Amino acid sequence: MVNLVIAEHDNQVLKPATLCAVSAAQQIGGELDLLVMGQDCRTVAESAARVSGVRKVLLADHPAYGHQLAENGSGLVAELAVDYSHLLMASTSNGKNLMPRVAALLDVGQISDIIRVDSADTFARPIYAGNAIATVQALDAIKVITVRTTGFDAAPAEGGNAVVESIDKVFEAGVSRFVSEQLAVSERPELTSARVVISGGRGLGSQQNFQMLERLADKLGAAIGASRAAVDAGYAANDMQVGQTGKIVAPELYIAVGLSGAIQHLAGMKDAKVIVAINKDEEAPIFQVADYGLVADLFEVLPELEKAL
Amino acid sequence: MKVLVTVKRVIDYNVKVRVLPDYTDVDLKNVKMGVNPFCEIAVEEAVRLKEAGVASEIIAVAMGPASAQEQLRTALAIGADRAILVQAEERLEPLTVAKLLARIVEQEQPGLVLMGKQSIDTDNNQAGQMLSALSGMSQATFASRIEQNGDELHVTREVDGGLQTLALKLPAVVTVDLRLNEPRYASLPNIMKAKKKPLDIKTPEDYGVELRAHSKLLKVEPPPVRQAGVKVADVAELVDKLKNEAKVI
Repeated sequence: MVNLVIAEHDNQVLKPATLCAVSAAQQIGGELDLLVMGQDCRTVAESAARVSGVRKVLLADHPAYGHQLAENGSGLVAELAVDYSHLLMASTSNGKNLMPRVAALLDVGQISDIIRVDSADTFARPIYAGNAIATVQALDAIKVITVRTTGFDAAPAEGGNAVVESIDKVFEAGVSRFVSEQLAVSERPELTSARVVISGGRGLGSQQNFQMLERLADKLGAAIGASRAAVDAGYAANDMQVGQTGKIVAPELYIAVGLSGAIQHLAGMKDAKVIVAINKDEEAPIFQVADYGLVADLFEVLPELEKAL
Repeated sequence: MKVLVTVKRVIDYNVKVRVLPDYTDVDLKNVKMGVNPFCEIAVEEAVRLKEAGVASEIIAVAMGPASAQEQLRTALAIGADRAILVQAEERLEPLTVAKLLARIVEQEQPGLVLMGKQSIDTDNNQAGQMLSALSGMSQATFASRIEQNGDELHVTREVDGGLQTLALKLPAVVTVDLRLNEPRYASLPNIMKAKKKPLDIKTPEDYGVELRAHSKLLKVEPPPVRQAGVKVADVAELVDKLKNEAKVI
């Protein structure tokens, strides 16, 4: 068995999500190569080469791969696939965008968002917004897999000394092009890998009030999340949404402020180690999963909490 | 341009599913079913494109049991012109769905295929990308804004760090995210009219697509149950518990 993990990166930094996919690949067993596709991304390949347990790093450095367009990247991965038994990528937005195309080009199925490796062909994955866990056996010769990062501890980023091999092959489908992007800039830790997450819901009432969470987050070194209701109401940016259709987090501490705890939200955070709920409605479903619940008005609690920390 | 939009029949999003006692699947008997919420958004977008004069005809496609006709009628009531049901009682995997869609795309030659980004039952998030690969069409997933710009389609996508805009050559596959639009309710007169709109019933054999299994469902279990903890009286007690009992701050 040889596994190929496709690296998640922004052309400068190897994202921690990659290390979770590496960890899943290591549980499958066999040798492990990493593929870095991008533009001017040699530093990413060098970081990838230091990841513990990596045999070699394949570097495809070309403008065609610069913005992770799935039409281009999938052609390359599908061609490399003949040498591999498993293709894995973290189920980030890039992973979800790319991997099903790879699977289709190879005429194989894909197993999405695995949270457990039972054997080289059997995996567990959540279905129905995490309300059931399916154990699935992949029947195709090449297994195409996306990995839920909260299901696997990150593999050690250092300790390896792999060779970096350049790939000259360029796939340019020419059917799509990058126009622009608006990325949120934040000094806070990344939501999906933060140790503490503070999330706000509709109960906050306005975008200004939502900023009350920021001071608390700064004190705790926390990332800020949001419920769908808070995002739809314009209190928070969409990339902060936690839930079935947003990001999946499993921090040590999750503080839910003024959010009810709909099924779709719980899908994104119920694997947190400790959950705190602050809500004035004691019937709110969030209290059914909270380790510590405080039934109170968040506008009184938040300033007190900030002072107490 | 012709727009093809896909509709999946799934368990209603508010239903808390229960796993069957023999762990073979979840219990779908006597459970409220509906249109997958992401598909509803795709249908709404197709109708808006028609209202804006961009789309000329909207074809709604569903795959699954005979009862999925209900979901197609919903799409017709919202504003689709005609519908195709590919009837199959067995579980259709995303790759099979994509292959069937690719055949329909070949026959109908739409300029745009709109799909939900994922179905809320299997949570796969695959079929749109697979269709795009099989048909050689451009792809934009997780769309929160779609605009025609000359002979290109500009699509803004919800990505991990924020938003990204791509320009697609047509024909294209776009999978939609929650924030693309607010789907309308079908009015009673439109529901009545929808009953008269054409709905073709086909089978996978009609399209020459073989139902090959790529995976086997071995077991479906309930997730570990999380117990409700304690209610604390005030902030001081909360901070004390987090510091000394949970030791997380």
